[in-house]
Amino acid sequence: MKNSKEWTFRIVFGCLAFGALSILPASAQDAPDIGPHPAQPLRPMESHIGNFTGHARDAKMDYRRYCAGCHGDLGDGNGENAPWLDPKPRDFTIATFKCRSTPTGTLPTDQDLYDTVNRGIDNSNMPIWNTFTEQQRANLVAYIKTFSPRWEKEKAGEPIKIPAEPPVTMESISHGKFLFTKMECWKCHGPDGKGDGPSAATLTDSKDQPIRPYNFASGGDDSRFKCGSTNRDLYRIFMTGLDGTPMPSFADNIQPNDAWDLVHFLRTLQVNRRSRENEVLKAAGGKIPPYVEKAAQGPVAQPSSGAAGGGK
Amino acid sequence: MHMGAQSSCSGNSCVGKSFPAAVLGIVFLLLAIIQPANALPAFARKYGLRCSACHESWPMLNYFGQKFKDNGYQLMNDKDAPIWQNPAYWPITLRMTPFWSRESTNKISADTATGVAGLATTGFNLSGLDILTGGTLEKNISFLLVPSSDETGSFHFESVNVRFDNLFHSPWLNVKVGKMELDSFISEKRTVTLSASGGAYQLFHFIPVGDGNIFGQLGDNQLGVEWMGHSFNDRTRLSATVFSSTDGNVDLPYGQNSYSAFFAGSQAFSAGKLGVQRVGGYAMVGEAPTTFLTSGGVPIPGSGTGNKSFSRVGFEGLFYLGPHLDFQVFTQHGSDNAWFGACYGDIITGTCDPANNNTTGTLPAGARNPTWNGAFVETHFVWNPQFTIFQRSEWVRMSQQAFAVMPSNLGNIDNYVVGYRYNPFMTSRDGFAFHNEYSWIRQRGTAPDGNDLSSNSILLGFDFAF
Repeated sequence: MKNSKEWTFRIVFGCLAFGALSILPASAQDAPDIGPHPAQPLRPMESHIGNFTGHARDAKMDYRRYCAGCHGDLGDGNGENAPWLDPKPRDFTIATFKCRSTPTGTLPTDQDLYDTVNRGIDNSNMPIWNTFTEQQRANLVAYIKTFSPRWEKEKAGEPIKIPAEPPVTMESISHGKFLFTKMECWKCHGPDGKGDGPSAATLTDSKDQPIRPYNFASGGDDSRFKCGSTNRDLYRIFMTGLDGTPMPSFADNIQPNDAWDLVHFLRTLQVNRRSRENEVLKAAGGKIPPYVEKAAQGPVAQPSSGAAGGGK
Repeated sequence: MHMGAQSSCSGNSCVGKSFPAAVLGIVFLLLAIIQPANALPAFARKYGLRCSACHESWPMLNYFGQKFKDNGYQLMNDKDAPIWQNPAYWPITLRMTPFWSRESTNKISADTATGVAGLATTGFNLSGLDILTGGTLEKNISFLLVPSSDETGSFHFESVNVRFDNLFHSPWLNVKVGKMELDSFISEKRTVTLSASGGAYQLFHFIPVGDGNIFGQLGDNQLGVEWMGHSFNDRTRLSATVFSSTDGNVDLPYGQNSYSAFFAGSQAFSAGKLGVQRVGGYAMVGEAPTTFLTSGGVPIPGSGTGNKSFSRVGFEGLFYLGPHLDFQVFTQHGSDNAWFGACYGDIITGTCDPANNNTTGTLPAGARNPTWNGAFVETHFVWNPQFTIFQRSEWVRMSQQAFAVMPSNLGNIDNYVVGYRYNPFMTSRDGFAFHNEYSWIRQRGTAPDGNDLSSNSILLGFDFAF
């Protein structure tokens, strides 16, 4: 019996010693891996999503578990996976975000960041994180904001106003097509919206990484844009631009009704997707009648503000 | 795997004879430690996510990992189809665990004055090897193929299935065909425990002492077809599986007209800062043969008829108390037909005496349905994604023995496991964990001398997958 107790003691002691030895080398060489991960001094930061208040301090473990592999411990987009990803993970330290409801150049709202976490980003490795609780997502939004001092110095922009969508008509589709040509969208997106325009191969993002224009013709009913899937999302992308990419904001270049016409036309480029726009086009035999096309080629209305910006 | 000893006798006469406890104990130890477990760095490599994105502590899934699995190993983005992968990508993962362990059993049959002796052995050993291959064959067509070996290199197919995902663009319509794990969200294949006495869930394999029904083991992968549906965010999950009553063995070794079914449903909900909680239930009902044609007294495989029924029902829950602490709770009420309780059923592989062939339709005198209740609670304290401390406490209690003369507590099980798992690093390329675990198990009345049989294990191992 005594022998047995001695053995038990030896073994338990051995286990503990073995465990400690396995931990020590890693601790000595790298940042300590046991306990909260000291990626950087954490700024106190909150987010406000509806009734939820997110706290950065509560997202530290979730960020490390789910996000750091791509976005990096420092939020600079240099996680261990970053070299293998295309497009590259977002660099939170510069606080430039594609998906916003706010004007180009401004910070997104907390809700914008929350929606991105919730929705994921198609055509990238960013998954849909809707298994999180609302609180977890709100906490992560707050955590993301700790990486850039911009969030302490600036306020988020005012969300743009999206007017009610006018009816989808052959005239609006046709006018959208006219605008697509006139505003030279085709130079990047290609004449058929396949992302194969003459400039496509030369495009780079704000970090000089090659970037491809969106291919409207790919995908079917479940196709999504980077920042949403509805007509309102498409309108918003059009008017806010995708900061950090060559896709500019057109808010200062066209009127809302023109933007909606463009949205209607872009939907017809999604040839494999069931949509009101494609139904209207199909009812006309699959083509815009020449007389409608001709009538649609009127001048593009200029916004009254006349402010510069955007560009192509 | 059989828990408790199986006799080669019938009816109540088997109680006192007991069984080759040592052999079964060793078999149990070996089988327990080779439970194939699914954690696929191949998925991490494909999508560029760390193991921790899908696993609470690999191989145990978190909610995101469960959703990924329920979507057919897809993130539901445009990178799911294999055509988007680098041609050099190979969806294969190997997992194995070299370890040192101490295994101790209080009583084995031995040539001593009492006929029994205690046995404790220590030494270095290996687990079995899992070759885990899985992923998508095309968008919304996924597969899993797991050749698995024991520690000697003897292979079998643990999982072989193809799944048609999101039929008609609906997450509620997914159909899987082949050999598969039953759809309990508490998964024995993904348990974090590894040791001989603690690596398996007893309730997933429980068979009353002297019982001949090997077919009701919901921890064994089964051959059949599964419908599974879930909500977009995976909060609601439902599934139904119909499978052959062969305990996952190929070539229909028992009978061709015996089927079982497994139903599971669960609902998750947000509990604010506590996290997402999930509650659900399951039911396994089935029938299996008790009558076989014989040749020279030897039962003929595949000739089984005379189906008798069995059932397993229970509740399961996964509860989070904040980001660091979670509890898995699993309960079961089990019942076997009296024929199984009298050790009719599996006479093909020797669970029961081949003479126990139900050719007369006359039940042994006094035989009745064995029933039992059980539960376990498994706790994980996740200090951070790299370091997890765990425990599991499990109890199985017979509520009715197959024969009234059997001790009421015969076969009752108590099982306790405690340990920790430390990942020195975390990447999306492979998994490596230092694993230290202690487990203790006791089954009432199953030692060779009729007393309690208890075993304990200490395991120190390096669990790796790449």
